[in-house]
Amino acid sequence: MRVSVSIALGTLLVAPAAQAADLTVNVEIPRINAAEYHRPYVAIWIEDAGQKSVADLAVWYQQTEGKEGHGTKWLPDLRQWWRKSGRNLKVPVDGITAPTRPVGKHALKLDQKHPSLAKLPAGKYTLVVEAAREVGGRELLKIPFEWKGKSPSTGKAQGKDELGLVTLSAKP
Amino acid sequence: MKRISILAAVIAAAIPFSAIAHKQWLVPSSTVLAGKDVWITVDAAISNALYYPDHNPMRLDNVVITAPDGSTHKPQNPATGKYRSVFDVQLAQQGTYRIANVNAGVSARWDTPESLAAAKAAKDAPAPAAGGMGGAPRGGMLRNASAEDLATRIPKDAVNVTVTEGIGRVETFATNGSPSEIKATGKGLELVPVTHPNDLFAGEAATFRFMVDGQPAAGLEIEIIRGGTRYRNAQEEIKATTDPKGEFSVTWTEAGMYWLETATTDSKTSVPQAKQRRLSYVGTFEVLPQ
Repeated sequence: MRVSVSIALGTLLVAPAAQAADLTVNVEIPRINAAEYHRPYVAIWIEDAGQKSVADLAVWYQQTEGKEGHGTKWLPDLRQWWRKSGRNLKVPVDGITAPTRPVGKHALKLDQKHPSLAKLPAGKYTLVVEAAREVGGRELLKIPFEWKGKSPSTGKAQGKDELGLVTLSAKP
Repeated sequence: MKRISILAAVIAAAIPFSAIAHKQWLVPSSTVLAGKDVWITVDAAISNALYYPDHNPMRLDNVVITAPDGSTHKPQNPATGKYRSVFDVQLAQQGTYRIANVNAGVSARWDTPESLAAAKAAKDAPAPAAGGMGGAPRGGMLRNASAEDLATRIPKDAVNVTVTEGIGRVETFATNGSPSEIKATGKGLELVPVTHPNDLFAGEAATFRFMVDGQPAAGLEIEIIRGGTRYRNAQEEIKATTDPKGEFSVTWTEAGMYWLETATTDSKTSVPQAKQRRLSYVGTFEVLPQ
């Protein structure tokens, strides 16, 4: 159901501006009833077939100045992102890093001119969304998709704890 | 007489193994860190269960912290309690810190005419209590001694003197930011990472290499035990053996703090009185969930 809707939407979008591949990711941060709630740290990136990170799309973390830096102390809690990209990155990164987000649905819409996507060759990839919450849990979701394929590529993954529904739509 | 010395030899051989039964360890509070003002605290003890201090604290005199740039530092805020020692390490530089307790020394055991007479009497008496250590007492022993101690502290009438040289390394690693290379010291038995020790994940294989004095150590028997032994009935040891390149591989089945031990002996002693050199290695490694 959702897939067909997304495809219809994708087709609509293709019509006015051809040759402008883009990627839309919707990430839901669920409401969690916890005695001590902190907004989760979230990393969204793209991996190739060898599970190697090829593009960071977004990293949401606490950016208020503190003794320990811009909340960077907890970035390694995004374990897979940290080992694959984070630890070699000098944060903050323009267009990628941003403050933590509240509970709700968050849309990330990137066109092919985005620095992370500009150099990404057409092909099959996996979108990875990882969330880690202070005094909370951690969750990682993956959605395979095709970048600049013949037809729009969509997918979704349902989180159980730290993430809600994550949807992806890649328009060629 | 001959039988007594065989008995003595058996006891002497048994002692190092009973010493191994107590596990030495250094456990860092975190292994993968980032930020501007990064600290870890380390527990250091010798215990039966992993990682619960229930036997002896580790002495911190020989703990050396090697920073990513190769400089060495002493533990900060050290304290030794009844069952464990603790200290802090500031990870001021980017890269991997190696935190190690390296003990090098000579030990000696000997008989005296009195102890041999006592041993003979004990042999004629009912069998000693079970437990292996209940055998006839030796004339004397020296631990963590220097070569000079051998000349001055062993009685002139000592017989059956056995001198053993030992180098033991107990270590762990912690990384601030991106992991950096861990260089071999070229001394004693040591682990040289193929897979970085701060990049271990459940479900993935890790490869390590062991060296003795900088040369690959083949045929070493490795024992690996996951922490939290108090909460399970079996030790669940993982056994491995190093190949001709000194390497072995292990696939971590679960996340956790793992204890790794191996030991070997050779005859490359630096003290002429010592016929044998004992080399041991213990490492603590954190394996993270996928």
